[in-house]
Amino acid sequence: MTAVATNPPGSAGTQGALLLLLKARTFIALILVFAFFAFAAPNFLSTANMVIMSKHVALNAFLAIGMTFVIISGGIDLSVGSIVGLCGMVAGWLVLYGVNPGLGWSIQFNTLEICLIVILVGVAVGAVNGLLVTKLNVAPFIATLGTLYVARGLALLSSDGATFPNLGGNPEYGSASFRLIGAGSFLGIPISIWMLVAVGCLAAYIARRTPLGRFIYAVGGNERGAALSGVKVNRIKMFVYMFSGFCAALVGLIISSQLVAAHPATGETFELNAIAAAVLGGTSMSGGRGRIGGTIVGAFVIGVLSDGLVMMGVSAFWQTVIKGLVIIAAVVVDQAQQRLQARVALQAQAALGK
Amino acid sequence: MEPGQHPVGLQIRGGTKVYPGTVALKAADFDLRMGAVNVLVGENGAGKSTMMKVIAGVERLTEGRILMEGEEVSFHGTEDAARHGIGIVFQELNLFPNMTVAENIFITRERTRLGIDIDKAAQREATRALMARLEHDIDPDTPVGELRVGQQQIVEIAKSLSQDAKILILDEPTSALSASEVEILFRVIADLKRNGVGIVYISHRLEELIRIGDYITVLRDGVVTGSRPMAGVDVGWIVRNMIGEASKDFAKTEEHAFGPELFRAEGVSLARPGGGLAVNDVSLSLRAGEILGIYGLMGAGRSEFLECVIGRHSHATGRFFVEGRPLTERSVAGRIERGIALIPEDRKQDGLVEILSIRENMTLSSLWDFTRVFHMNLRAEKGAVGDFVRRLAIKIASDEHPVGSLSGGNQQKVVIGKALMTRPKVLLMDEPSRGIDIGAKAEVFRTMRKLAAEGLGILFVTSDLDEVMSLSDRIIVMSDGRITGEFPREEATETRLVAASAVGHAPDAPHPETLQAEARP
Repeated sequence: MTAVATNPPGSAGTQGALLLLLKARTFIALILVFAFFAFAAPNFLSTANMVIMSKHVALNAFLAIGMTFVIISGGIDLSVGSIVGLCGMVAGWLVLYGVNPGLGWSIQFNTLEICLIVILVGVAVGAVNGLLVTKLNVAPFIATLGTLYVARGLALLSSDGATFPNLGGNPEYGSASFRLIGAGSFLGIPISIWMLVAVGCLAAYIARRTPLGRFIYAVGGNERGAALSGVKVNRIKMFVYMFSGFCAALVGLIISSQLVAAHPATGETFELNAIAAAVLGGTSMSGGRGRIGGTIVGAFVIGVLSDGLVMMGVSAFWQTVIKGLVIIAAVVVDQAQQRLQARVALQAQAALGK
Repeated sequence: MEPGQHPVGLQIRGGTKVYPGTVALKAADFDLRMGAVNVLVGENGAGKSTMMKVIAGVERLTEGRILMEGEEVSFHGTEDAARHGIGIVFQELNLFPNMTVAENIFITRERTRLGIDIDKAAQREATRALMARLEHDIDPDTPVGELRVGQQQIVEIAKSLSQDAKILILDEPTSALSASEVEILFRVIADLKRNGVGIVYISHRLEELIRIGDYITVLRDGVVTGSRPMAGVDVGWIVRNMIGEASKDFAKTEEHAFGPELFRAEGVSLARPGGGLAVNDVSLSLRAGEILGIYGLMGAGRSEFLECVIGRHSHATGRFFVEGRPLTERSVAGRIERGIALIPEDRKQDGLVEILSIRENMTLSSLWDFTRVFHMNLRAEKGAVGDFVRRLAIKIASDEHPVGSLSGGNQQKVVIGKALMTRPKVLLMDEPSRGIDIGAKAEVFRTMRKLAAEGLGILFVTSDLDEVMSLSDRIIVMSDGRITGEFPREEATETRLVAASAVGHAPDAPHPETLQAEARP
């Protein structure tokens, strides 16, 4: 590269600064929200509150990470909330009853085995989504809307709508440690946060440093073009839905462990919060654009906002209104950023005299 | 009426149209005569469609004037042009596949009662009358999506007729019509002429033009190179004006010997959705270092053949061999691995992911080269992209910019770079010069020559006579899905290529039997 753009003077310079500002907007929003509540809400900065808040945020962040991949690939996953509910019920069932083959005895599992089975269930529902979208050509919105109902219905059927209480586990079966997933902590930080860090890093790594991640972006940007370039489009789509199911299963585990109970209605409308976090973090609903880091910051903005408003004593009804306004504002600003970014790139190209 | 006696209905004076990166029309003058067929001819990208879009109000001139009956007019959109009595049938069909024929014909001009309730019976009746005039038995209530492409074109023509246009522009109306349908269209055109309608007729089929035209205008690179009454015009005159005396500078610079056979296709066929064969029993072979040009008109099945080779159509039949070994891989990825690479015709739809950066686009097909197990080496990737950017002389400010911000020529080079990064043995290029300016064209062609000299086999598709003549070592002509001619470079002439490309199409094709005999030694 000989002709590296010499810094364009005047308006282009301010444009560059503005672009940087817009790109960092979610992060700036997070800082502003944080600073506001630090002043306005008593005890907001206390360690106890931080821990509680980060636990809340983590649940949404898991789902949002999985959702981000799906949206980048040009799809949508509405079923994650129901998968959370179903996986919570599966976990509850396994802790309480184990598996009963109907021969007068039952198989009991330890915590690790329970986790693996629950994750398997989540991934399997994701695989069903993927198969519907790829093999049967169902539009992602409809396919996952269908699994939303099916998974929720199965969760309700599993207990006839009742709650599985007292999931304390049984030391004899090695499942007493089940509670630690939600309640335990390591170095003073909750286990669920450590899990979020791990999943977040893994997802960010996949997105930026593996061919798989690149292909996810390519499929969302131009499916035909990606297919003609040799990308195995169906495999990529299968992966994103299965990964989303995996993330939802983790959330199901964490919630049932935190509450020491599994309720079949758990996770209703979680999918909407996850989509909101992804969009707030700069993910484009038309596919091809978005970042894991942005999504996590977006999840924090939503989480901090709602917890902070609760602490300030703002009514739940107003909270909903405010959340909606923030999401709309985020998308409006996102559009402005895209326009500006395109203009800057075109100007740089024009400066080459071509 | 004698030639020259027809009144001029519309004039363009000094018409110039500039697009970002290219000048499509340069100070062009054009007279459109009423009650006559005004033929417009030129190669792809010569500016025909641009000129018609200007007349139809789709585009506006950058410079110059449009005059109707001596008064200057300027059209703000197609409706404005339609109010002035101008109708156009675009080359790409603009129909709503889920609506019925009648609904399509009266779209935006619905017959209504009291301005609210659509009078379906009246529309149906009017549609029947139009279809009777076009001698087609198409039910007004059929959804357009269920019609053959040729029938859809008839619907498009009926739509223009229903507007009682004084000026009717037909952009390649016969490209999807059978010979008998073409005859019907010609009868309709004659009828319109008698009613004083001025017709602009664009086509690549030269014999057809000579038969039906009253006046001819030839365009080359946005400049009008010839304009006269049709009397006395022959194919030779048209070709001379289309291409020019001095051939463009892509001529072969140095000879190199061909290697052994690199690629062979045997009996490739592909069914067309809606019946018939898009590719009909095509067999060909390509040697290392050879550039094989496939010439033909739109819809001749050339692009579809290349898509069969790359593995896009899973239901295609036939066999392929690379270096003598059968190509059994069915997926695109598998075929790329075997050394086949495609540069598609439609960059936007098939070639690029516009939202991604230049770097990400270039390495999309060859990512595993920079990957160990699953970890990508981004520095190696960037280095390789830099290499290819230099090699192909791509003009970019930064390889992180979205590829959509580049000009057509540079975008095309990115697509070529992507294909080359897979280290192909056989390069399939579909209209490699489409939508790029003349300078970039020359560079792309130089690159092709260089690659051939390095031992690649290149199979390229074009509808540009000049290009196919000067670039190819051997030329295959396709028409209607079949190979209708094969010529070594020394034996190919424009006239023979044009004749072979019209086999099975032109209303009075010049003795297909002799042509076949000539074509297949």
